[in-house]
Amino acid sequence: MKPLEQTTWQEIELGGLLREPGSARAYKTGDWRSQHPVWTKSRCIRCGVCWTVCPEPAIIQEPGGYFDMDPDYCKGCGICARECVTGCITMVPEEE
Amino acid sequence: MAEHAKRLGMEVSIAVSHAVQMARAEAIAAYPITPQTHIVEHLSSLVANGDLEAEFINVESEHSALSACVGTSAAGARTFTATSSQGLALMHEILFIASALRLPIVMAVANRALSGPLSIWNDHSDIMAARDIGWIQVFVENGQEAFDHTVMAFKMAENSQVLIPTMVNMDGFILTHVVEALEIPEQALIDRFLPPYVPRHQLDPKRPMTMGAFAMPEIYLEVKMKHQVTLMNSYDRILAIWEEWGRLTGRHYQPVERFRTEGAKILLLTMGCLGEVAAVAVEELREQGLPVGLLSLRLWRPFPFAALREAVNGAELVIVCDRALSLGGGAPPVLAEVRSAFYSLASRPAMLGYIIGLGGRDVSPEDFKEIVARAQKENPEAPSQEFFLYGVRG
Repeated sequence: MKPLEQTTWQEIELGGLLREPGSARAYKTGDWRSQHPVWTKSRCIRCGVCWTVCPEPAIIQEPGGYFDMDPDYCKGCGICARECVTGCITMVPEEE
Repeated sequence: MAEHAKRLGMEVSIAVSHAVQMARAEAIAAYPITPQTHIVEHLSSLVANGDLEAEFINVESEHSALSACVGTSAAGARTFTATSSQGLALMHEILFIASALRLPIVMAVANRALSGPLSIWNDHSDIMAARDIGWIQVFVENGQEAFDHTVMAFKMAENSQVLIPTMVNMDGFILTHVVEALEIPEQALIDRFLPPYVPRHQLDPKRPMTMGAFAMPEIYLEVKMKHQVTLMNSYDRILAIWEEWGRLTGRHYQPVERFRTEGAKILLLTMGCLGEVAAVAVEELREQGLPVGLLSLRLWRPFPFAALREAVNGAELVIVCDRALSLGGGAPPVLAEVRSAFYSLASRPAMLGYIIGLGGRDVSPEDFKEIVARAQKENPEAPSQEFFLYGVRG
Protein backbone atom coordinates (compact mmCIF):
# COMPACT_ATOMS: atom_id res chain seq x y z
CA MET A 1 0.00 0.00 0.00
CA LYS A 2 1.23 3.50 -0.88
CA PRO A 3 2.08 5.67 2.13
CA LEU A 4 -0.90 7.81 3.13
CA GLU A 5 0.93 11.09 2.78
CA GLN A 6 1.72 10.32 -0.88
CA THR A 7 -1.77 9.14 -1.88
CA THR A 8 -3.73 11.54 -4.13
CA TRP A 9 -7.51 11.93 -4.00
CA GLN A 10 -7.79 10.15 -7.36
CA GLU A 11 -6.14 7.08 -5.85
CA ILE A 12 -8.55 6.82 -2.94
CA GLU A 13 -10.55 3.60 -3.05
CA LEU A 14 -14.30 4.17 -3.41
CA GLY A 15 -15.81 5.06 -0.06
CA GLY A 16 -12.40 4.88 1.62
CA LEU A 17 -12.61 1.08 1.43
CA LEU A 18 -9.71 -0.98 2.64
CA ARG A 19 -9.35 -4.26 0.79
CA GLU A 20 -6.27 -5.39 2.69
CA PRO A 21 -7.28 -6.98 5.99
CA GLY A 22 -5.35 -5.99 9.08
CA SER A 23 -4.35 -2.58 7.76
CA ALA A 24 -4.26 -1.19 11.31
CA ARG A 25 -0.89 -2.94 11.59
CA ALA A 26 0.57 -0.20 9.42
CA TYR A 27 -0.17 2.34 12.15
CA LYS A 28 2.40 1.92 14.89
CA THR A 29 0.78 3.32 18.01
CA GLY A 30 3.84 2.59 20.16
CA ASP A 31 5.12 6.14 19.80
CA TRP A 32 2.15 7.45 21.82
CA ARG A 33 3.68 5.76 24.88
CA SER A 34 4.96 7.72 27.87
CA GLN A 35 5.24 4.63 30.09
CA HIS A 36 5.44 0.89 29.54
CA PRO A 37 4.63 -2.26 31.51
CA VAL A 38 7.37 -4.34 33.07
CA TRP A 39 6.61 -7.88 34.32
CA THR A 40 8.20 -9.31 37.45
CA LYS A 41 8.44 -12.94 36.35
CA SER A 42 8.84 -14.33 39.90
CA ARG A 43 5.29 -13.14 40.72
CA CYS A 44 3.68 -13.89 37.32
CA ILE A 45 1.34 -16.91 37.33
CA ARG A 46 0.95 -16.79 33.50
CA CYS A 47 -2.84 -16.47 33.82
CA GLY A 48 -3.13 -14.25 30.72
CA VAL A 49 -5.40 -11.57 32.20
CA CYS A 50 -3.02 -8.88 30.88
CA TRP A 51 -3.17 -10.41 27.41
CA THR A 52 -6.98 -10.55 27.59
CA VAL A 53 -7.56 -6.97 28.72
CA CYS A 54 -5.03 -5.23 26.45
CA PRO A 55 -7.17 -3.12 24.10
CA GLU A 56 -4.69 -3.09 21.21
CA PRO A 57 -3.73 -6.05 21.51
CA ALA A 58 -0.08 -5.29 22.22
CA ILE A 59 0.88 -8.03 24.63
CA ILE A 60 2.76 -11.03 23.33
CA GLN A 61 3.02 -14.41 24.99
CA GLU A 62 6.56 -15.67 24.83
CA PRO A 63 7.81 -19.26 24.75
CA GLY A 64 7.52 -20.47 28.34
CA GLY A 65 4.16 -18.74 28.77
CA TYR A 66 5.31 -15.41 30.21
CA PHE A 67 4.14 -12.12 28.72
CA ASP A 68 5.76 -8.96 27.40
CA MET A 69 4.63 -5.87 25.55
CA ASP A 70 4.92 -5.33 21.80
CA PRO A 71 6.87 -2.06 21.61
CA ASP A 72 5.43 -1.21 18.17
CA TYR A 73 1.86 -1.01 19.44
CA CYS A 74 1.80 -0.65 23.24
CA LYS A 75 0.34 2.81 24.02
CA GLY A 76 1.27 2.57 27.68
CA CYS A 77 -2.33 2.80 28.90
CA GLY A 78 -1.61 0.71 31.99
CA ILE A 79 -4.77 -1.39 31.94
CA CYS A 80 -2.65 -4.56 32.16
CA ALA A 81 -0.95 -3.30 35.33
CA ARG A 82 -4.31 -2.25 36.84
CA GLU A 83 -5.90 -5.65 36.16
CA CYS A 84 -2.97 -7.98 36.91
CA VAL A 85 -4.12 -10.58 39.43
CA THR A 86 -0.85 -10.79 41.36
CA GLY A 87 0.29 -7.20 40.86
CA CYS A 88 3.38 -8.33 38.95
CA ILE A 89 3.19 -5.54 36.32
CA THR A 90 4.76 -2.14 37.01
CA MET A 91 4.38 0.86 34.70
CA VAL A 92 7.78 2.43 34.10
CA PRO A 93 8.17 5.89 32.53
CA GLU A 94 9.80 5.97 29.11
CA GLU A 95 13.32 7.34 28.99
CA GLU A 96 13.83 10.57 27.06
CA MET B 1 -48.71 8.80 -21.99
CA ALA B 2 -46.50 5.76 -22.26
CA GLU B 3 -48.04 2.66 -23.79
CA HIS B 4 -49.77 0.30 -21.37
CA ALA B 5 -49.46 2.77 -18.49
CA LYS B 6 -52.34 2.86 -16.06
CA ARG B 7 -53.81 6.11 -14.83
CA LEU B 8 -54.90 5.78 -11.22
CA GLY B 9 -56.07 8.07 -8.46
CA MET B 10 -54.10 7.58 -5.29
CA GLU B 11 -52.60 9.32 -2.30
CA VAL B 12 -49.09 10.52 -3.08
CA SER B 13 -47.57 8.62 -0.11
CA ILE B 14 -49.09 5.40 -1.44
CA ALA B 15 -47.71 6.20 -4.89
CA VAL B 16 -44.24 6.55 -3.39
CA SER B 17 -44.51 3.14 -1.72
CA HIS B 18 -45.67 1.66 -5.05
CA ALA B 19 -42.62 3.18 -6.69
CA VAL B 20 -40.43 1.45 -4.09
CA GLN B 21 -42.33 -1.80 -4.67
CA MET B 22 -41.96 -1.56 -8.45
CA ALA B 23 -38.27 -0.68 -8.03
CA ARG B 24 -38.04 -4.05 -6.23
CA ALA B 25 -36.39 -2.72 -3.09
CA GLU B 26 -34.86 -5.58 -1.13
CA ALA B 27 -34.45 -4.00 2.29
CA ILE B 28 -36.41 -1.32 4.10
CA ALA B 29 -35.75 -0.02 7.58
CA ALA B 30 -37.86 2.84 8.82
CA TYR B 31 -39.47 4.39 11.85
CA PRO B 32 -42.87 6.05 11.43
CA ILE B 33 -43.10 9.81 11.79
CA THR B 34 -45.75 12.25 10.63
CA PRO B 35 -46.15 13.05 7.72
CA GLN B 36 -44.02 10.23 6.29
CA THR B 37 -46.10 7.53 8.03
CA HIS B 38 -48.29 6.41 5.14
CA ILE B 39 -45.28 5.65 2.95
CA VAL B 40 -43.74 3.16 5.36
CA GLU B 41 -47.05 1.82 6.69
CA HIS B 42 -48.04 0.85 3.18
CA LEU B 43 -44.63 -0.64 2.43
CA SER B 44 -44.88 -2.63 5.63
CA SER B 45 -48.19 -4.16 4.49
CA LEU B 46 -46.85 -4.82 1.00
CA VAL B 47 -44.02 -6.82 2.57
CA ALA B 48 -46.29 -8.53 5.13
CA ASN B 49 -48.77 -9.56 2.40
CA GLY B 50 -46.03 -10.97 0.20
CA ASP B 51 -46.50 -8.32 -2.50
CA LEU B 52 -42.94 -7.11 -2.10
CA GLU B 53 -40.10 -9.53 -1.49
CA ALA B 54 -38.07 -7.45 0.89
CA GLU B 55 -36.74 -7.47 4.40
CA PHE B 56 -38.67 -4.90 6.44
CA ILE B 57 -36.65 -4.09 9.54
CA ASN B 58 -38.59 -2.58 12.42
CA VAL B 59 -36.39 -0.39 14.57
CA GLU B 60 -36.75 1.76 17.66
CA SER B 61 -35.56 5.07 16.19
CA GLU B 62 -34.51 6.82 13.01
CA HIS B 63 -30.88 6.62 14.11
CA SER B 64 -31.27 2.84 14.05
CA ALA B 65 -33.33 2.93 10.84
CA LEU B 66 -30.56 4.54 8.85
CA SER B 67 -27.91 2.46 10.61
CA ALA B 68 -29.78 -0.68 9.54
CA CYS B 69 -29.94 0.73 6.00
CA VAL B 70 -26.17 1.23 6.04
CA GLY B 71 -25.87 -2.45 6.94
CA THR B 72 -28.27 -3.78 4.31
CA SER B 73 -26.82 -1.55 1.60
CA ALA B 74 -23.28 -2.58 2.55
CA ALA B 75 -24.41 -6.20 2.24
CA GLY B 76 -25.52 -5.42 -1.32
CA ALA B 77 -29.30 -5.00 -0.98
CA ARG B 78 -31.32 -2.32 -2.77
CA THR B 79 -32.29 -0.26 0.26
CA PHE B 80 -35.02 2.28 0.99
CA THR B 81 -36.05 4.37 3.96
CA ALA B 82 -38.23 7.39 4.56
CA THR B 83 -38.44 10.00 7.27
CA SER B 84 -39.28 13.56 8.14
CA SER B 85 -38.24 16.45 10.38
CA GLN B 86 -37.15 15.20 13.83
CA GLY B 87 -36.53 11.79 12.29
CA LEU B 88 -34.11 13.24 9.77
CA ALA B 89 -32.46 15.17 12.57
CA LEU B 90 -32.06 11.97 14.61
CA MET B 91 -30.44 10.30 11.57
CA HIS B 92 -28.01 13.16 11.23
CA GLU B 93 -24.67 11.54 12.04
CA ILE B 94 -25.48 8.44 9.99
CA LEU B 95 -26.44 10.57 6.96
CA PHE B 96 -22.80 11.59 6.55
CA ILE B 97 -21.57 8.03 7.09
CA ALA B 98 -23.93 6.55 4.47
CA SER B 99 -22.66 8.94 1.82
CA ALA B 100 -19.01 8.67 2.86
CA LEU B 101 -19.27 4.88 2.55
CA ARG B 102 -20.85 5.49 -0.89
CA LEU B 103 -23.91 3.35 -0.16
CA PRO B 104 -26.74 3.93 -2.66
CA ILE B 105 -29.60 4.16 -0.16
CA VAL B 106 -32.76 5.91 -1.37
CA MET B 107 -34.73 8.01 1.09
CA ALA B 108 -38.03 9.81 0.77
CA VAL B 109 -38.22 12.87 2.99
CA ALA B 110 -41.69 14.20 3.72
CA ASN B 111 -40.50 17.72 4.45
CA ARG B 112 -41.70 19.13 7.75
CA ALA B 113 -40.70 21.93 10.10
CA LEU B 114 -38.20 21.17 12.84
CA SER B 115 -39.12 21.76 16.48
CA GLY B 116 -39.37 24.07 18.29
CA PRO B 117 -41.99 25.12 18.62
CA LEU B 118 -43.29 21.65 17.87
CA SER B 119 -44.86 21.62 14.42
CA ILE B 120 -45.92 18.70 12.28
CA TRP B 121 -46.55 20.93 9.27
CA ASN B 122 -44.62 21.53 6.12
CA ASP B 123 -41.56 23.61 5.38
CA HIS B 124 -37.96 22.84 4.40
CA SER B 125 -36.15 23.40 7.69
CA ASP B 126 -35.51 19.65 8.08
CA ILE B 127 -33.67 19.19 4.80
CA MET B 128 -31.82 22.51 5.04
CA ALA B 129 -30.30 21.33 8.32
CA ALA B 130 -29.11 18.26 6.37
CA ARG B 131 -27.94 20.18 3.32
CA ASP B 132 -24.26 19.30 3.56
CA ILE B 133 -24.52 15.55 4.09
CA GLY B 134 -23.09 14.62 0.68
CA TRP B 135 -26.27 13.02 -0.71
CA ILE B 136 -27.96 13.74 -4.03
CA GLN B 137 -31.03 15.80 -3.14
CA VAL B 138 -34.03 16.20 -5.44
CA PHE B 139 -37.29 18.10 -4.89
CA VAL B 140 -40.62 17.17 -6.47
CA GLU B 141 -43.75 19.21 -7.12
CA ASN B 142 -46.56 16.69 -7.51
CA GLY B 143 -47.50 13.04 -7.09
CA GLN B 144 -46.37 11.97 -10.54
CA GLU B 145 -42.96 13.48 -9.91
CA ALA B 146 -42.81 11.82 -6.49
CA PHE B 147 -43.42 8.44 -8.14
CA ASP B 148 -41.06 9.03 -11.06
CA HIS B 149 -38.22 10.42 -8.97
CA THR B 150 -38.43 7.64 -6.39
CA VAL B 151 -37.91 5.07 -9.16
CA MET B 152 -35.17 7.16 -10.80
CA ALA B 153 -33.42 7.77 -7.47
CA PHE B 154 -32.44 4.09 -7.29
CA LYS B 155 -30.89 4.22 -10.73
CA MET B 156 -29.06 7.46 -9.93
CA ALA B 157 -27.75 6.26 -6.58
CA GLU B 158 -26.70 2.84 -7.89
CA ASN B 159 -24.94 4.05 -11.04
CA SER B 160 -21.43 2.63 -10.81
CA GLN B 161 -19.93 6.07 -11.50
CA VAL B 162 -22.11 7.66 -8.80
CA LEU B 163 -22.80 5.36 -5.83
CA ILE B 164 -24.13 8.17 -3.70
CA PRO B 165 -27.28 7.92 -1.56
CA THR B 166 -30.20 9.90 -2.91
CA MET B 167 -32.97 11.78 -1.23
CA VAL B 168 -36.33 12.63 -2.77
CA ASN B 169 -37.86 15.60 -0.98
CA MET B 170 -41.62 15.97 -1.04
CA ASP B 171 -43.58 18.52 0.93
CA GLY B 172 -45.29 16.95 3.94
CA PHE B 173 -49.11 16.89 3.93
CA ILE B 174 -49.58 19.44 1.14
CA LEU B 175 -48.05 16.89 -1.22
CA THR B 176 -47.74 13.59 0.63
CA HIS B 177 -51.38 13.49 1.74
CA VAL B 178 -53.18 14.67 -1.38
CA VAL B 179 -54.87 12.32 -3.82
CA GLU B 180 -53.76 12.78 -7.40
CA ALA B 181 -54.26 11.09 -10.75
CA LEU B 182 -51.01 9.32 -11.57
CA GLU B 183 -49.68 7.39 -14.48
CA ILE B 184 -48.16 4.14 -13.22
CA PRO B 185 -45.95 2.46 -15.82
CA GLU B 186 -46.02 -1.28 -16.35
CA GLN B 187 -43.69 -3.36 -14.22
CA ALA B 188 -41.88 -4.50 -17.39
CA LEU B 189 -40.94 -0.92 -18.23
CA ILE B 190 -39.54 -0.30 -14.76
CA ASP B 191 -37.63 -3.60 -14.83
CA ARG B 192 -36.09 -2.59 -18.15
CA PHE B 193 -35.20 0.85 -16.82
CA LEU B 194 -33.94 -0.36 -13.46
CA PRO B 195 -32.15 -3.73 -13.59
CA PRO B 196 -31.24 -5.47 -10.32
CA TYR B 197 -28.62 -3.69 -8.25
CA VAL B 198 -25.12 -5.04 -8.80
CA PRO B 199 -22.93 -3.65 -5.99
CA ARG B 200 -19.42 -2.59 -6.87
CA HIS B 201 -18.37 -3.54 -3.39
CA GLN B 202 -20.22 -5.37 -0.64
CA LEU B 203 -19.62 -7.07 2.66
CA ASP B 204 -18.74 -10.67 1.94
CA PRO B 205 -17.04 -13.05 4.39
CA LYS B 206 -15.24 -14.67 1.44
CA ARG B 207 -13.61 -11.37 0.44
CA PRO B 208 -13.03 -9.42 3.65
CA MET B 209 -12.74 -5.65 3.47
CA THR B 210 -13.01 -2.74 5.85
CA MET B 211 -15.76 -0.16 5.40
CA GLY B 212 -15.71 2.91 7.57
CA ALA B 213 -12.09 2.78 8.61
CA PHE B 214 -10.86 5.88 10.37
CA ALA B 215 -8.81 8.39 8.41
CA MET B 216 -5.62 10.03 9.61
CA PRO B 217 -5.16 13.77 8.98
CA GLU B 218 -2.87 12.74 6.08
CA ILE B 219 -5.78 11.23 4.13
CA TYR B 220 -9.12 12.73 5.35
CA LEU B 221 -8.89 15.67 2.94
CA GLU B 222 -8.30 13.40 -0.08
CA VAL B 223 -11.32 11.24 0.83
CA LYS B 224 -13.51 14.37 1.06
CA MET B 225 -12.18 15.70 -2.23
CA LYS B 226 -13.10 12.44 -3.95
CA HIS B 227 -16.62 12.66 -2.51
CA GLN B 228 -17.05 16.27 -3.64
CA VAL B 229 -15.78 15.59 -7.17
CA THR B 230 -17.96 12.48 -7.52
CA LEU B 231 -21.04 14.31 -6.29
CA MET B 232 -20.48 17.20 -8.72
CA ASN B 233 -19.75 14.75 -11.56
CA SER B 234 -22.94 12.81 -10.82
CA TYR B 235 -24.77 15.72 -12.48
CA ASP B 236 -24.24 14.38 -16.03
CA ARG B 237 -25.32 10.87 -15.02
CA ILE B 238 -28.43 12.22 -13.33
CA LEU B 239 -29.41 14.13 -16.46
CA ALA B 240 -28.80 11.07 -18.64
CA ILE B 241 -31.05 8.97 -16.36
CA TRP B 242 -33.80 11.62 -16.43
CA GLU B 243 -33.50 11.73 -20.22
CA GLU B 244 -33.87 7.95 -20.47
CA TRP B 245 -36.96 8.09 -18.27
CA GLY B 246 -38.30 10.87 -20.51
CA ARG B 247 -37.89 8.71 -23.59
CA LEU B 248 -39.70 5.79 -21.91
CA THR B 249 -42.55 7.70 -20.28
CA GLY B 250 -42.83 11.02 -22.11
CA ARG B 251 -42.17 12.85 -18.84
CA HIS B 252 -39.05 15.00 -19.07
CA TYR B 253 -37.28 16.54 -16.10
CA GLN B 254 -34.72 19.32 -15.81
CA PRO B 255 -32.54 20.42 -12.89
CA VAL B 256 -34.12 23.87 -13.14
CA GLU B 257 -37.68 23.74 -14.48
CA ARG B 258 -38.92 26.79 -16.37
CA PHE B 259 -42.46 28.09 -16.65
CA ARG B 260 -43.37 31.10 -18.82
CA THR B 261 -39.78 32.33 -18.80
CA GLU B 262 -39.84 33.58 -22.41
CA GLY B 263 -38.98 37.29 -22.29
CA ALA B 264 -39.40 37.34 -18.50
CA LYS B 265 -37.82 40.30 -16.70
CA ILE B 266 -38.91 39.09 -13.27
CA LEU B 267 -38.43 35.47 -12.17
CA LEU B 268 -39.93 33.81 -9.15
CA LEU B 269 -37.80 30.90 -7.93
CA THR B 270 -39.29 28.16 -5.75
CA MET B 271 -38.38 24.65 -4.67
CA GLY B 272 -40.94 21.92 -4.01
CA CYS B 273 -44.67 21.83 -4.59
CA LEU B 274 -45.30 25.58 -4.07
CA GLY B 275 -44.00 25.89 -7.62
CA GLU B 276 -47.42 24.82 -8.87
CA VAL B 277 -49.06 27.50 -6.73
CA ALA B 278 -46.64 30.11 -8.02
CA ALA B 279 -47.39 28.98 -11.60
CA VAL B 280 -51.04 29.97 -11.14
CA ALA B 281 -49.94 33.45 -10.03
CA VAL B 282 -47.47 33.74 -12.93
CA GLU B 283 -50.20 32.82 -15.41
CA GLU B 284 -52.49 35.51 -14.03
CA LEU B 285 -49.74 38.16 -13.93
CA ARG B 286 -48.82 37.33 -17.52
CA GLU B 287 -52.43 37.92 -18.53
CA GLN B 288 -52.12 41.35 -16.92
CA GLY B 289 -49.08 41.95 -19.12
CA LEU B 290 -46.35 41.66 -16.50
CA PRO B 291 -43.24 39.87 -17.86
CA VAL B 292 -43.01 37.34 -15.01
CA GLY B 293 -41.72 33.77 -15.20
CA LEU B 294 -41.08 30.95 -12.79
CA LEU B 295 -38.08 28.75 -12.09
CA SER B 296 -38.49 25.66 -10.00
CA LEU B 297 -35.31 24.18 -8.60
CA ARG B 298 -35.54 20.40 -8.86
CA LEU B 299 -31.93 19.43 -8.17
CA TRP B 300 -30.61 20.89 -4.93
CA ARG B 301 -27.47 18.70 -4.60
CA PRO B 302 -25.40 18.67 -6.73
CA PHE B 303 -26.38 22.30 -7.20
CA PRO B 304 -26.98 23.04 -10.91
CA PHE B 305 -24.92 26.23 -11.21
CA ALA B 306 -24.64 26.29 -15.02
CA ALA B 307 -28.28 25.35 -15.65
CA LEU B 308 -29.43 28.05 -13.25
CA ARG B 309 -27.31 30.73 -14.91
CA GLU B 310 -28.71 29.70 -18.27
CA ALA B 311 -32.30 29.67 -17.01
CA VAL B 312 -31.99 33.12 -15.44
CA ASN B 313 -30.41 34.59 -18.56
CA GLY B 314 -31.97 37.95 -19.43
CA ALA B 315 -34.01 38.47 -16.27
CA GLU B 316 -33.50 41.68 -14.28
CA LEU B 317 -34.88 40.51 -10.96
CA VAL B 318 -34.97 37.07 -9.34
CA ILE B 319 -37.29 36.66 -6.36
CA VAL B 320 -36.07 33.64 -4.41
CA CYS B 321 -38.70 32.03 -2.18
CA ASP B 322 -37.19 30.02 0.66
CA ARG B 323 -39.02 27.63 2.97
CA ALA B 324 -36.42 27.80 5.74
CA LEU B 325 -34.79 30.42 7.89
CA SER B 326 -31.09 30.70 8.65
CA LEU B 327 -31.42 31.97 12.21
CA GLY B 328 -28.83 34.57 13.02
CA GLY B 329 -27.59 34.58 9.45
CA GLY B 330 -28.29 36.64 6.37
CA ALA B 331 -29.70 35.09 3.24
CA PRO B 332 -31.78 31.94 3.73
CA PRO B 333 -30.30 28.76 2.17
CA VAL B 334 -31.72 28.83 -1.37
CA LEU B 335 -31.13 32.57 -1.78
CA ALA B 336 -27.56 32.18 -0.53
CA GLU B 337 -26.87 29.43 -3.06
CA VAL B 338 -28.53 31.26 -5.95
CA ARG B 339 -26.59 34.42 -5.13
CA SER B 340 -23.33 32.51 -5.02
CA ALA B 341 -24.07 31.14 -8.50
CA PHE B 342 -24.07 34.70 -9.86
CA TYR B 343 -21.64 36.59 -7.65
CA SER B 344 -18.61 36.10 -9.90
CA LEU B 345 -20.44 37.17 -13.06
CA ALA B 346 -19.96 40.67 -14.45
CA SER B 347 -23.64 41.00 -15.28
CA ARG B 348 -26.11 39.55 -12.84
CA PRO B 349 -29.75 40.07 -11.99
CA ALA B 350 -30.89 41.74 -8.79
CA MET B 351 -32.08 39.26 -6.16
CA LEU B 352 -34.59 39.52 -3.36
CA GLY B 353 -35.37 36.85 -0.80
CA TYR B 354 -38.80 36.04 0.62
CA ILE B 355 -39.31 33.34 3.22
CA ILE B 356 -42.73 31.78 2.85
CA GLY B 357 -44.83 28.99 4.29
CA LEU B 358 -42.86 28.28 7.45
CA GLY B 359 -44.36 25.68 9.79
CA GLY B 360 -47.30 25.04 7.46
CA ARG B 361 -48.42 28.65 6.97
CA ASP B 362 -50.63 28.53 3.89
CA VAL B 363 -49.37 30.12 0.67
CA SER B 364 -51.81 30.96 -2.12
CA PRO B 365 -51.40 32.34 -5.66
CA GLU B 366 -52.50 35.70 -4.20
CA ASP B 367 -49.46 35.62 -1.91
CA PHE B 368 -47.09 35.14 -4.84
CA LYS B 369 -48.79 38.06 -6.65
CA GLU B 370 -48.37 40.17 -3.52
CA ILE B 371 -44.68 39.17 -3.28
CA VAL B 372 -44.10 40.22 -6.90
CA ALA B 373 -45.87 43.54 -6.23
CA ARG B 374 -43.81 44.22 -3.10
CA ALA B 375 -40.58 43.19 -4.80
CA GLN B 376 -41.21 45.70 -7.58
CA LYS B 377 -41.42 48.47 -4.99
CA GLU B 378 -38.05 47.57 -3.48
CA ASN B 379 -34.84 49.14 -4.69
CA PRO B 380 -33.04 45.92 -5.67
CA GLU B 381 -29.63 47.56 -5.28
CA ALA B 382 -30.43 48.45 -1.68
CA PRO B 383 -33.39 46.42 -0.43
CA SER B 384 -35.03 47.63 2.78
CA GLN B 385 -34.19 44.28 4.43
CA GLU B 386 -31.64 41.51 3.85
CA PHE B 387 -34.61 39.18 3.31
CA PHE B 388 -38.31 39.33 4.04
CA LEU B 389 -40.32 37.05 6.30
CA TYR B 390 -43.45 37.25 4.20
CA GLY B 391 -46.71 37.41 6.14
CA VAL B 392 -45.23 37.88 9.59
CA ARG B 393 -47.49 39.92 11.87
CA GLY B 394 -46.24 42.95 13.75
